This record gives sequence, C-alpha cells and structure tokens, in this order.
Amino acid sequence: MSNRAEPAITDVFFALGDDTRLAVVRRLAEQGTQSATRLSDGAHVTRQAIVKHLQVLENAGLVSPERRGREVLYTLNQQRLQQAQQFLDSMSVGWDRAIERLRQFVEAP
Amino acid sequence: MPADRIMKTVILNAPVSRVWRALTDAREFGQWFQVELEGPFVQGKTMMARFTGTFDQAAIAQFQRKAGIAPSAIRVPDSRWTFCTVERIEPERYFSFRWIPYGIDAEADLQSEPTTLVEFLLEPLAEGTQLTITESGFDQVPIHRRERAFLMNEGGWAAQAENVKRYVEQG
Repeated sequence: MSNRAEPAITDVFFALGDDTRLAVVRRLAEQGTQSATRLSDGAHVTRQAIVKHLQVLENAGLVSPERRGREVLYTLNQQRLQQAQQFLDSMSVGWDRAIERLRQFVEAP
Repeated sequence: MPADRIMKTVILNAPVSRVWRALTDAREFGQWFQVELEGPFVQGKTMMARFTGTFDQAAIAQFQRKAGIAPSAIRVPDSRWTFCTVERIEPERYFSFRWIPYGIDAEADLQSEPTTLVEFLLEPLAEGTQLTITESGFDQVPIHRRERAFLMNEGGWAAQAENVKRYVEQG
C-alpha cells in the first residue's frame, strides 16, 4: 500500500462519466479480477486505450492493480462505489437521482 | 453555456395509473422526491413544502468545484417555502409545474427570479410506462447561477455511480 492520500470521492463520478470506463467497471464487477489484455478482448478499443482508462479508474480509487508475474491484474474496489453512494445521498439533488427514487417507489411490489 | 432544457426519458416497470399516482398525489410525490408537500396538486395552485432530504454543503461545494463551476453556499429553509406552482394536469397523461431551479442555491433570488417549467409526460407501453421529464427555461435563469442550476438539476453525474452500484449489488 502506498501512503498517498485517498483521491477525492468526486473523482469517481468523473471517472464513470465515460462509456468505455463504465464498461470496464461493469466487466470487473461481473467477471472479477483480470488483466488489461483480457479486458480488451472484445472491446472496441485497443489494449493501450484500456490501460489508460484503467489509470483513470485507479486514480479515482475505483480499481487496484496488482502485479502477478508479467501481468498486472485489476480488481474493482466495491467499497469505493459505496462511498460514492453515500456522497450522493448527502447531495439529494438532480433529476437522475430523483428518477431512481421514483423507479424504486413505483416498481416496489 | 448549458442548454435551455434537461430531458430525461425512462421506462418504468409499472402501469401508467401507478406512475400517475406517484407523480400527482402530493403525499406520494413527496416520498420519492424527498419533500413534504402541503395539500393536493391543483391546477394554478402554489404548493408549499418542507425539505426532507439531506444536503451536505461541503459535498455539494466539492462537487461543483470539481465540475469546474464556481461553488456557492446552499440555503435549505428549515420552515415551509414555495416548492412550485402547478401549471397543468391532464389525467394519466401530462402534469407540469413551475419552480425556481436549484432553489437551495444561496445566490438564488426566490422572490423575483424567472421559473423553469417541469413537465411529466406519460405513455403506456406493453412493459410499463414511458416517462419523459423535461425541465426548460434555463436560458432565463440569471447568468451568475445558470450553469450551476443546470448542472445540479441535470444530475447526469449521479446516474453512472448509481447504475454501477446497482449492477455490482446484483452480481
């Protein structure tokens, strides 16, 4: 572990505001820890581009890299998403959030 | 410069009648919008309310700074305040009101600022209801807080984190 300060939670929103990065995060959530090479399988961008996106996600604290032999494996930090959620809860504004609350309200059994 | 309008279309897995009630029954509206409204929605009526959501001034300022706009203090009234004025109600199809966008902005002039128009349009689908929410009139919001009001109400920044978290929880 490095001693550098934890990145601002707002970085999470900006990191996720990109379709490729969002897809990477979803893939890590669904399939678990993997390398940039595997993440670029079937992706619309090159491995180099995926590596750059992973760097942004790492800077936001969303993924953790771990060197395993010749490869670097990336793991999603789910706790970070929970922190982002708590941050959102303290803002309580915006149509997208209101719509999500409405959805839960009307779709509840 | 931000656009004049925010438009959100969403498909809800619930019948039109259910969505209509959640939108136009003041008590139900208050539950998901996080506001306590006084009395029913009636065309032409000014609705008074109290906030029930939480607002963290530091979090909001941090977000605004990060988004590249000047942060401002927030002012959440602890007593009743004017929430909106109902514009039009067409049962099970259309509901609209006017309000001061992002009115918790301490720099908002709640007495004399132009309002934005918020419209809810419902369309039945086989799988539920298509709801389109439009908020228009940002061009009239005073320039010193126009961008902030648009950014905060648009809320697109929240969607990704919310969606991903739900995705992760399902997995």
